[in-house]
Amino acid sequence: MWAFIHKLGSPKVFYALSARLSPWFWTAAAVLIGTGGVWGLAFAPADYQQGDSFRIIYVHVPAAFLAQSIFVVMALAGLVFMVWKIKLADMAATAMAPLGAGMTFVALLSGAVWGVPTWGTWWQWDARLTSMLILFFLYIGVIALRGAFGSRDAGSRAASVLTMVGVINIPIIKYSVDWWYTLHQPATFSITSRPAMPTEMWLPLLIMVLGFYSFFIAVTLTRTRNEILRRESSKRWVRDLVGEAG
Amino acid sequence: MSLCLEARKLACERDDRWLFRDLELVIRGGEVLRVEGPNGSGKTTLLKILSGQLTDYRGELFWQEEPLHKARRDFLANLLYLGHAPGVKAALTPLENLAWYQALAGAGSAEADRMSALEAVGLAGFEDLPAGQLSAGQQRRVALARLELTPRPLWILDEPFTAIDREGVADLEARLAAHVQAGGSVVLTTHQALHVPVPMRRIRLGEGHGHVAS
Amino acid sequence: MSRPEARSAIVSPDRARGVDASLTSALYATMRRDLILLLRRPGAVLNPLAFFALVITLFPIGISPDPELLAIIAPGLLWVAALLAALLSLDGLFREDAEDGALEQLLLAPHPLPALALAKVAVHWLTTGLPLALMAPVLGVMLSLPLGSYGVLALSLALGSATLSVIGAIGAALTVGVSRGGVLLSLLVLPLYVPVLIFGAGAVQAAIAGSGVAAHLALLGALLAAALVFAPWAIAASLRISLNG
Repeated sequence: MWAFIHKLGSPKVFYALSARLSPWFWTAAAVLIGTGGVWGLAFAPADYQQGDSFRIIYVHVPAAFLAQSIFVVMALAGLVFMVWKIKLADMAATAMAPLGAGMTFVALLSGAVWGVPTWGTWWQWDARLTSMLILFFLYIGVIALRGAFGSRDAGSRAASVLTMVGVINIPIIKYSVDWWYTLHQPATFSITSRPAMPTEMWLPLLIMVLGFYSFFIAVTLTRTRNEILRRESSKRWVRDLVGEAG
Repeated sequence: MSLCLEARKLACERDDRWLFRDLELVIRGGEVLRVEGPNGSGKTTLLKILSGQLTDYRGELFWQEEPLHKARRDFLANLLYLGHAPGVKAALTPLENLAWYQALAGAGSAEADRMSALEAVGLAGFEDLPAGQLSAGQQRRVALARLELTPRPLWILDEPFTAIDREGVADLEARLAAHVQAGGSVVLTTHQALHVPVPMRRIRLGEGHGHVAS
Repeated sequence: MSRPEARSAIVSPDRARGVDASLTSALYATMRRDLILLLRRPGAVLNPLAFFALVITLFPIGISPDPELLAIIAPGLLWVAALLAALLSLDGLFREDAEDGALEQLLLAPHPLPALALAKVAVHWLTTGLPLALMAPVLGVMLSLPLGSYGVLALSLALGSATLSVIGAIGAALTVGVSRGGVLLSLLVLPLYVPVLIFGAGAVQAAIAGSGVAAHLALLGALLAAALVFAPWAIAASLRISLNG
């Protein structure tokens, strides 16, 4: 088991393995998002209260899920990198960060668009949107810190520590923002806290969530492969690989 | 018990470039080890690894036959490291600067000890001036006073002769020699010719390798 | 140079007896040194206080001098302005030590680095957070803060700013190796300050509303306790990373 993990931690082995895996995830992502998207946007029943505008949930919720999950995965990768010094984990974390920030932005943007028909305004200090906004700042901090170091090794480790500190803080931030929101007597209802959905509504949502996760894995595999090539460009196996291709 | 710091298959990679590889090294009491090499060859990095400041190296370090990361506290209690920067606060007087080092090293708080350490490096009469008003060489001497103030068997000195005048160089050489003769050990880098009448070995860094020669 | 042999003998610190005393004196010496340094350059302590007063002055000018309006926003304003003022001096927490070489000596002391770093953070709170908390009621008067909330304002700021110093020190340690890391530092730590701001400003608002402040203060205390447990290790790790880079 241990030997397997260590072997997987070698960029060369991962590079070969990911080449075989990533097409599957790209395909799964395309099929799932396609199915869930068409089903959710065209066939799922309209909401009795919000009408068709609720359909943005099929983008907003998966993006928000992913935004939070990616930060947790980055923190785990940071832990693996710091404790076992497996550089591949850091390469993966580097590859994930922009996607996580992007997903947070998509969640914010879709939340804002949703706000127009629901609240009649582009922005409401809703608990979830506020937490999401703070998460977005956390992502920006991690990306900026990594880039601020002259030495990549130091930047990687600093970003790992910050991600771990951030992940410990995320539940505290979420909890405190929820508390703050309830204290200030919300004028309207929260966009995603709602009574149980009928099956025809949540099944496409589930498919979309799975599709988004497949997309995340596919993007991470592909971007990690690029990161490996960039960082290992002086290694013989990469030179051989590039030599073969060109 | 004599001191023994050992490096086995030591290697350090910085941003995909090997500074040195497969370095085998045993540092014992009673000798000077001089680390040589051109600028950027990793001299300071090696000293920082040997003093336990850097952890991203390959290979193993042992202090008194025990892995360094386990014996860290024991090791640090026997080490005196002087880096590039003297570690002297400009707003504090030499006496106040030394008081911090004294307490940090667990060497009590006697002012008489600090005064005699300052006298030994030729700073008598300057002990109550803010260090910022002293010359670069005098500030370096404040740092060197720690060699007197907090006795440690292993000295790791990164360019200790920087900004020191000729007389100071001779004094420091005599201090190094006395330390080694008393069973201590010195690891240092310097661009200067070194005249010490004690056993001296050299490590030459560069081209990604390290060579130990006597 | 008396007893040369004794000077070069190997020592192994006696863990049972000497360590506690020597750690205490190392912590004491570190705090004392940092306090002396700040006393020699009082600007580092006074500037955040002046900044705090100045920012509070800007709000009535920028919004409205209406006492009723100011009274409503006063708790939040005072807390946000104090938080930013505390952030100002954070960048210097480790930077000077890193530049003059004292930081690497701190890392090489035969004592646990988290404890030594915490001693420095304690001085930061004593010279920044505590004075801000003591000054806040005066500025509260200027913002027509309702009576009965002044004590809670000072107490919540004293308690909360300790957490801000501890958490902020992680950011200061991470950016100490980055030249001109001040803006980056605020980018890193401000999101982490959100819970403290919520419970701190919430405590003052609760005091004004006449509802209980105990829950808010207890949560601020819990945040401080959690920060004191986790942050020192993160600060120590960050300092090592920054000096390696």
